[in-house]
Amino acid sequence: MNEKTAAADKSQLSDDAIIEITGMHKWFGEFHVLQDINLVVQKKERIVICGPSGSGKSTLIRCINRLEEHQRGSIVVDGIALTNDIKNIEKIRADVGMVFQHFNLFPHLTIVENLTLGPIWVRKIPKKEAEEIAMYYLEKVQIAEQAQKFPGQLSGGQQQRVAIARSLCMAPKVMLFDEPTSALDPEMIKEVLDVMIDLAREGMTMLVVTHEMGFAKSVAHRVLFMDYGQIVEQNTPEEFFDNPKHDRTKLFLSQILH
Amino acid sequence: MDDAVTKIEASTVKPPVTSVGVLGWARANLFNSWFNSILTLLTLLLLWKIIPPFVNWAFIDSLWYSNSAECRDIEGACWSIIPANLRFMLFGFYPYDQQWRPLLAIILLIGLLFYSRNRAHWKTSLLYGWLIGLVVMGLLMKGGIPGLKPVESTQWGGLPLTLLLSVFGLAAAYPLGVVLALGRQSQMPAIKSICIIYIEMIRGVPLITLLFMSSIVFPLFLPEGMTVNPILRAQVAIIMFTAAYIAEVVRGGLQGMSTGQTEAAESMGLNYYQTMRLVILPQALKIVIPPTVSQLISALKDTSLVVIIALYDILKTTQSTLSNPEWMAYSSEAYLFVALIYFACCFFMSSYSRRLEEELDTGL
Repeated sequence: MNEKTAAADKSQLSDDAIIEITGMHKWFGEFHVLQDINLVVQKKERIVICGPSGSGKSTLIRCINRLEEHQRGSIVVDGIALTNDIKNIEKIRADVGMVFQHFNLFPHLTIVENLTLGPIWVRKIPKKEAEEIAMYYLEKVQIAEQAQKFPGQLSGGQQQRVAIARSLCMAPKVMLFDEPTSALDPEMIKEVLDVMIDLAREGMTMLVVTHEMGFAKSVAHRVLFMDYGQIVEQNTPEEFFDNPKHDRTKLFLSQILH
Repeated sequence: MDDAVTKIEASTVKPPVTSVGVLGWARANLFNSWFNSILTLLTLLLLWKIIPPFVNWAFIDSLWYSNSAECRDIEGACWSIIPANLRFMLFGFYPYDQQWRPLLAIILLIGLLFYSRNRAHWKTSLLYGWLIGLVVMGLLMKGGIPGLKPVESTQWGGLPLTLLLSVFGLAAAYPLGVVLALGRQSQMPAIKSICIIYIEMIRGVPLITLLFMSSIVFPLFLPEGMTVNPILRAQVAIIMFTAAYIAEVVRGGLQGMSTGQTEAAESMGLNYYQTMRLVILPQALKIVIPPTVSQLISALKDTSLVVIIALYDILKTTQSTLSNPEWMAYSSEAYLFVALIYFACCFFMSSYSRRLEEELDTGL
């Protein structure tokens, strides 16, 4: 993986928060899935969130664009507090891109239509211009020649790259990745990670839930370890992997790094 | 090298004669076991008993243009009942000298339907075409403008009435059904319960009950002297009835959608209406094309129930023809004719739905 590039710009962080989560709790019925989460994300910061399944890591990033509703505490994204105000939620969602484990492309639309849907209807960009933007990002994820196909005709890796391009077309300020490579065949993981590394190099603010520890080491500014709905430990990747503090972190690392 | 040679040789070897051609097909499909062989033979015997006599009756011993007296002397079908009564069967009590008007309206309607078959024609101009077409059809049927004598809707009947009830019934019931299905899925308890109550109440009564209510109970609630056109009342009953069924079909499609689609749409900032219109409904409605078309076909056939509230649709006008002593004996012929018209309409719908499914198939 591209270690030197990411390492090179890890120092660029300004002290300018884009996401502030304070004392946030969430329950699914009786189940306390997120407990007292406090997290500040700086502009251009790249955070990898890991942890065993059921630890609440996906739920945490889904709270940031309110695909899940939190019950206590506050989440402020780009200066807008997340409340029940649907207009605010839509504004935040337009500025926060999300990439899903199962891609969730729209199967009834062609690739280019998938990419232009948001810009046309949310950003109110004229169709012609939206298509130019779409082609620009498809070039970027190296899939422009598939523009007129339907998602069902593409491989998993290609679909996920389209999904990333679809988010980028909205010119997001933050990108959330929810296990973007977990549903992929092994030989397709690299092509998706490469796109994400490119994105990191350009200074995108990213929150990535993933088990790709190589990616975490080379790209992340900070690694968060979650277990039982809590952020157990957070540190720079070097410290996190070489020198874990918490027993649960050590156990988890020993399990995934074999 | 060796491989290539064997491949070429292999492809020139022909399958055994008994497994190809008509013989092979018959063996594989009709006589592949003793049970199937017996079934095949029995079916052939049955067809032999049915088809030749029917062909004899329908085409050989039959009369096509004659009066009823001549028909009495023949063994076969008396198709003459159709040409002799065609205009009454098709147009009912519509004034005889004005019957070119409903004919023109029907031709216009069928023309528009056929033009709309092609999805490449689905543009805003087609919508205007339909609006203008509907106004013209209405004017043709109702008259009242210079050059066209007014014709009361109580005189409408036959095929125009059947088509009017079906086309408007289906065209209005479908969107209403979709709205009801969305309402039933709504987060808002008031809307949700209204939709559930509506759907369950309508589905709980037969269409005949609704038609009776619209023609007998509903007028009781109207202020003295006020009446609502009986055709309109039947039309509303058919729309309300069909919409409830369409709603449940569409709900099935909505529930079949993965939540990932909604999440993907919402996560890019699309609002509820955009999400539904651009992402969810196009997929959900496509999935439920087959059951939806079944509902629409059954609704089309159900329009014949309006006879019970004394509307003269094409089935009723045909029946009335048969009450004429001259033609009484030839009900089979008349009903076959009507059946053929219904079949043509239903077949058009089901073949179109199959085509639509193929066109909308995007491989996922």
